[in-house]
Amino acid sequence: MSAIYKSGKEPHAKEHRIIFKNVDREGWDPSLSMYETEGGYDQLKKAIKMEPSAITDEVKKAGLRGRGGAGFPAGVKWGFLPPNNEKPVYLICNADESEPGTFKDRYIIHQDPHQLVEGMVISCFAVGANLAYIYIREEFPEGAQILEKAIAEAHEKGYLGKDILGSGFDLEIYVHRGAGAYICGEETGLIESLEGKRPYPRIKPPYFPAAMGLYLCPTIVNNVETLCHVKHILEAGGEEWSKIGTPNNTGTRILCVSGDVQKPGYFEVEVGKVTMGELINDMCGGLKEGRSLKAVIPGGSSAKVLRADEVFTVGRGDDARELTIWDIPMDFDTLAACGSMAGSGGVIVIDDSRSISWVLNNINNFYAHESCGQCTPCREGSLWMKKITDRVVAGKASPSDIDTLDSVARNIDGRTICAFGEAASWPTESFVEKFRDELVADTNPELEDDLLNAEALTAAANLG
Amino acid sequence: MSEEKNDLIDVQINGEWHSFPKGTRMIEACRQVGVEVPHYCYHPKLTSPGNCRMCLVEMGMPPRPRPGDDPPEPDETGHLPISWIPRPAIACANTIAPNMGIRTESEMTEECREGVMELLLANHPLDCPICDQAGECSLQEFSVEHGKGESRFREQKVKKPKNVDVGPRIRLDDERCIMCSRCIRFTDEIADDPVLGFTDRGSHTVLTVYPGRELANNYSLNTVDICPVGALTSNDFRFQMRVWFMKETKTIDVNCATGANITVFARENKIYRITPRQNNDVNSDWMPDSHRLNFHWIESDARLTDPLVRDGDKHRLATWQEAIATTADKLAGLDGSEIAVIASARMTNEELLMTSRLVKHLGAGHVDVVPREGENDGYLIAADRNPNTNGVMLVLGLENPGSQLEAIKDGIAQGRIKALLCLQENLVEDAGFGSELLSKLDFFLTSYPLANPTADIADVVLPGACWAEKTGTMVNVTGRLQRLNKAVDGPGQTLEAWEIIRDLIQATGGGNGIYSATDIFKQLAAEVPEFADLSWGQIGDLGIPLIETGETIPLLEREKERIEKGLIVG
Repeated sequence: MSAIYKSGKEPHAKEHRIIFKNVDREGWDPSLSMYETEGGYDQLKKAIKMEPSAITDEVKKAGLRGRGGAGFPAGVKWGFLPPNNEKPVYLICNADESEPGTFKDRYIIHQDPHQLVEGMVISCFAVGANLAYIYIREEFPEGAQILEKAIAEAHEKGYLGKDILGSGFDLEIYVHRGAGAYICGEETGLIESLEGKRPYPRIKPPYFPAAMGLYLCPTIVNNVETLCHVKHILEAGGEEWSKIGTPNNTGTRILCVSGDVQKPGYFEVEVGKVTMGELINDMCGGLKEGRSLKAVIPGGSSAKVLRADEVFTVGRGDDARELTIWDIPMDFDTLAACGSMAGSGGVIVIDDSRSISWVLNNINNFYAHESCGQCTPCREGSLWMKKITDRVVAGKASPSDIDTLDSVARNIDGRTICAFGEAASWPTESFVEKFRDELVADTNPELEDDLLNAEALTAAANLG
Repeated sequence: MSEEKNDLIDVQINGEWHSFPKGTRMIEACRQVGVEVPHYCYHPKLTSPGNCRMCLVEMGMPPRPRPGDDPPEPDETGHLPISWIPRPAIACANTIAPNMGIRTESEMTEECREGVMELLLANHPLDCPICDQAGECSLQEFSVEHGKGESRFREQKVKKPKNVDVGPRIRLDDERCIMCSRCIRFTDEIADDPVLGFTDRGSHTVLTVYPGRELANNYSLNTVDICPVGALTSNDFRFQMRVWFMKETKTIDVNCATGANITVFARENKIYRITPRQNNDVNSDWMPDSHRLNFHWIESDARLTDPLVRDGDKHRLATWQEAIATTADKLAGLDGSEIAVIASARMTNEELLMTSRLVKHLGAGHVDVVPREGENDGYLIAADRNPNTNGVMLVLGLENPGSQLEAIKDGIAQGRIKALLCLQENLVEDAGFGSELLSKLDFFLTSYPLANPTADIADVVLPGACWAEKTGTMVNVTGRLQRLNKAVDGPGQTLEAWEIIRDLIQATGGGNGIYSATDIFKQLAAEVPEFADLSWGQIGDLGIPLIETGETIPLLEREKERIEKGLIVG
């Protein structure tokens, strides 16, 4: 078990590697034969002798929360499958890792694809799916090939296909490549895309995937990291696995740190056992020389920003305590209590060299570009917000534009078909709330009543 | 809604409790109690994607007590308190639930509407002065009711394709499109011709037609009707008339036996457009393009405007008096067996009753109508392209319409039939009567709206009103009695067929006191058993079932299936 890692890629002492155990290992390759040298598919062999419901029970006991962004308990999700279902059940692995700041699934896929395949076969057995898809983003062409190869290898060895290991259980996994759209990571958008349509997210109700998913059949959609954990839960037992991490925030998760730190990268840690301070200062080698922390976006670009000098009150009643940004344990519940979210684990560090207007404009650019355009608030609002922050960055905005910006975000938030509305509006809401002064400082009060675009000027000129 | 699902659920709307059948959509529950929820994408005949977000309302449910807490107590009306949900819900796709609360006038609901309105208008060109939809545009209407009245949008608007030719009858302005997807759903779900779709994304999304295809199916113009804005416009109607100037007449289509319910839009006696009018027992909300556009001939130069009588090898203008008197003269010396009458299954029941009187009065030995058989298109167009064949059978008493035509031809050829009265038909072009054959007649009268080769041969030519110029009733393919209402006056001296026949009867010695189509209807009600005890007013705008024919309308059957599956409201 004592893995040797490539020089310069050794895990930090505070890491707890389960999912990433084989990432950056010296002499490791993504082949099946390599995977089998360390107990590969042993858990599958164990699983097929279990009652499927017993596997779900273990996942529930483990308290595994989804690693894709929403943090919804995976076992509970599986439990939503209709009890007297007569339709086929599908399982979809969401490998459309697209949230800016997040880069964990690609390493699993590239370096340890069989871990995912084994996790998927076990999960399919648990939920009764005989057909599964890996929906992988267009930007991972190599990952798609690696997965294809892994699936072919697993097929040859009888870990996939008809009558898996003599259990009578059949399963096929297909790799489906996306076409380069963030919205395909939204599970119902993904399902539409898989069906060959535009990835317009579906309204919920009634289209909850567990009841009416792919081809309107019961469907489970889980993130890559989540499905990998199923294998390890089976290995350790749900009870034992749940002792990793902290209560209600069990297991390990991979944090991806980017931005203004000495050593950005991925770190698999026990959930809640590492604080923001430890992550930035110890694991990432601290901020850049001579810089101070301005803000952190803790869970992918859609998470609400945390300001470096904020004091967060978490817990209720007697348990209430105050935290600085450095003290925040990186778990689901605390980050939510701090007004943000653990999201997809993408931690974006922003130091004092950064212009907040520029950062927000960068994020707004992304969401305006990625809005699918199906529903009104997000379609029109995301581009409007981008255009306002474009002007803020260019010095062509007036102070009241910041109020408009905030109001547009609030007209999106909570009023859209899918969570993209929140993803697109939370950055603006939180940046305006926490950095209003800095944004306003980039505006020009003299422009307050000016007509600001050529169109309006032409119209005004024509009125004479 | 089917009878079995009749369990009632109590829902509070704006503070008042009402009961609705289980499965009712929130938006329909509101509508049923007179509360309008503004919407764009929702259409009861199409699936609900919930994309426009205009119908967001504040919604609440009974509180869910935590384990150990006391359950909520019902109030004196037996209802539980409502715990209002901080996130608004779309009223279009969500169904009601017991003890649900809906607020359409609350601060939250108003804020949502204002917000969505502002966003819809942000990139809209606001070119209402030159937009055909102005006056019947949901964007305009809801802006008045729910808009801010001013714009905070200081940016350049998104530019998109304009004046796009998406098909032979339709033009698209992508900048006006609010991406409600009604047209896409219509072509997919109703017309089975899914050629429309969106490309690009976000605010740059454009409605487009599939490369190499066009929106050309025979139901394409329905997309123009359901487009809530001026994105899709009809080539035939665009820029012809502002909608608020037109007079609307509720009537029925006469291009086939379905008798689609329509609205005729006219101004100063000129028809500008026809749109389908909702009737869930006849045509749902739709009609075929071929029928909708078949009205321009009404103001054709070939319309007959005055009675004509033969003068040597020509016709000359005559007064009605002269034309009728000439006819009476010619018929006077003939035995009934020498007279044939060919009426039309395009006539109203009232005209047919008058025809039957005329036939009796003259003792005419032969009577028939001209059948028009086509193919049922599998949607709304009936195989029978005559609108009132059922009326012919009921009122004129023909058991097998069209079966006597050959006998009449033979009779003329053999000289047994000496006079022929052709009412509202074109025998040469539509019924295979040769000009030579008709020339053998001693006397030939024809009435028709248009000049035609049949009229060339006739001794007396009478200008008949067309369907849009007359009032009456017809019985459609399913046996439904429906009203035809006069939308415009006929040109010149035209008369409705019943008037012509009344005058003929009078001139040939039979008196009657008929002064209006509704008077004739009273006689129908008195004389034809199927019409017994019916009154004109009873028929209403949507008609009433009169007889059982066993016929169904394919499109309606498919809609019923979709209603049954809960896919659409219907």
